[in-house]
Amino acid sequence: MGKFGIRSKRLHYARVPTDPTLQERDHAWSQLMAAAQSGDRIAYERLLREISPLVRALVRRHCSNRADIEEMVQDTLLTLHRVRHTYDPSRPFCPWLAAIAWRRSIDALRRRMRVARYETPEQGVYETFSEPAANSDMEDVRSSEELADLLQLLPARQREALQALKLKEMTLVEASAASGQSVAALKVNTHRALKALRALVSGRER
Amino acid sequence: MAAVQTDRLIESLAAQLQPVRRLHAPLLRALLWLAVVSAATVLLIMREAHLGIFMQRMATPRVAVDCIATGLTAITAVIAAFELSVPGHSPLWSALPLPPFLLWLGSSGLGCLANGLSLHGPNGFAGESYVCFAFIVGASVPLAAALFWMLRRARPIAPLPVAVLGTLGVAATSAFILQFFHPFDITAIDLALHLAAVALVILVGTAWRRKLLAAP
Repeated sequence: MGKFGIRSKRLHYARVPTDPTLQERDHAWSQLMAAAQSGDRIAYERLLREISPLVRALVRRHCSNRADIEEMVQDTLLTLHRVRHTYDPSRPFCPWLAAIAWRRSIDALRRRMRVARYETPEQGVYETFSEPAANSDMEDVRSSEELADLLQLLPARQREALQALKLKEMTLVEASAASGQSVAALKVNTHRALKALRALVSGRER
Repeated sequence: MAAVQTDRLIESLAAQLQPVRRLHAPLLRALLWLAVVSAATVLLIMREAHLGIFMQRMATPRVAVDCIATGLTAITAVIAAFELSVPGHSPLWSALPLPPFLLWLGSSGLGCLANGLSLHGPNGFAGESYVCFAFIVGASVPLAAALFWMLRRARPIAPLPVAVLGTLGVAATSAFILQFFHPFDITAIDLALHLAAVALVILVGTAWRRKLLAAP
């Protein structure tokens, strides 16, 4: 039995915690979630803070890298926010939460494997435009109008990621909350958007 | 640093929280879809079906079993799709349509054996079976539109099983309605085209699952 008293290894549809005190905690979280569905911000913030350690413990089963774990935790919280209307307070809270955490962890692992298979990480793309050397292939885009034209040629999600992270200078977390894209998806889309922009710029030069 | 970002995310999510209308229980939503489709089907059957031929065909127990199994596949697949669209429901729901689906295949297969595995229908090769194919595919389009419109409200976190079960439910519903218009017992080519139509509906629905189940 794990720290949070949930027996099943496959937690995505696990039963309620078996320990009586944990059953009480499940009940309390269920009530906080019901209050959050009615718009109670204090109850919601308290719930998210209280469940974060459990979410962290759940995603740790799939990943050992601390930064990746935190990214999966954030993805899980964002998904919980998006599907909060699907929670039924007459049912236990933990299986609902565990299913979301499990799904987001699996999705993150699949995405990582896919990216690792086809793409080489380029750390420089996450740097801001303040460093001229990092933007050597962008300097030929003379005007903001030209850049705006080029942005329109990108797929919507890539454009959204690039605008949020690079033009509006939002943090990954802020951009994620604003766009609904996961942190990992934002990174991938930014990387692809910059790559596509480079191709577009060099295409115009020819 | 990352934990600080999580803290900021929690603050940001709490700050932008809006009240939401809770989704009804999946079973209730599935029954609502089935009720609406049943009402439309009854109207269609009353107006257009060849009920005399249908009753004549149902006198054969195997054909009656085939028809019931098709209907049960539709009902169970739709219920399973709604159940799996919500987080925390057991993945065992996906096995619910399996017994009636196997019974449907088995009874149809027996029908083909009884009819001599001929590749010819009453009107030559394939004959009216092409009409069956078109009926299943054509009827599945509005049914799928209504089903996915309801399913997407749950914003399924795992769209694949929801799409597969939903489209199986839709294709089986079309095949069930077809039973009321089917003028002859099933032949091998007929079964092949029925299955091809069901497979096509499932493949297209599954391939387009992200668009079909995208948040409203």
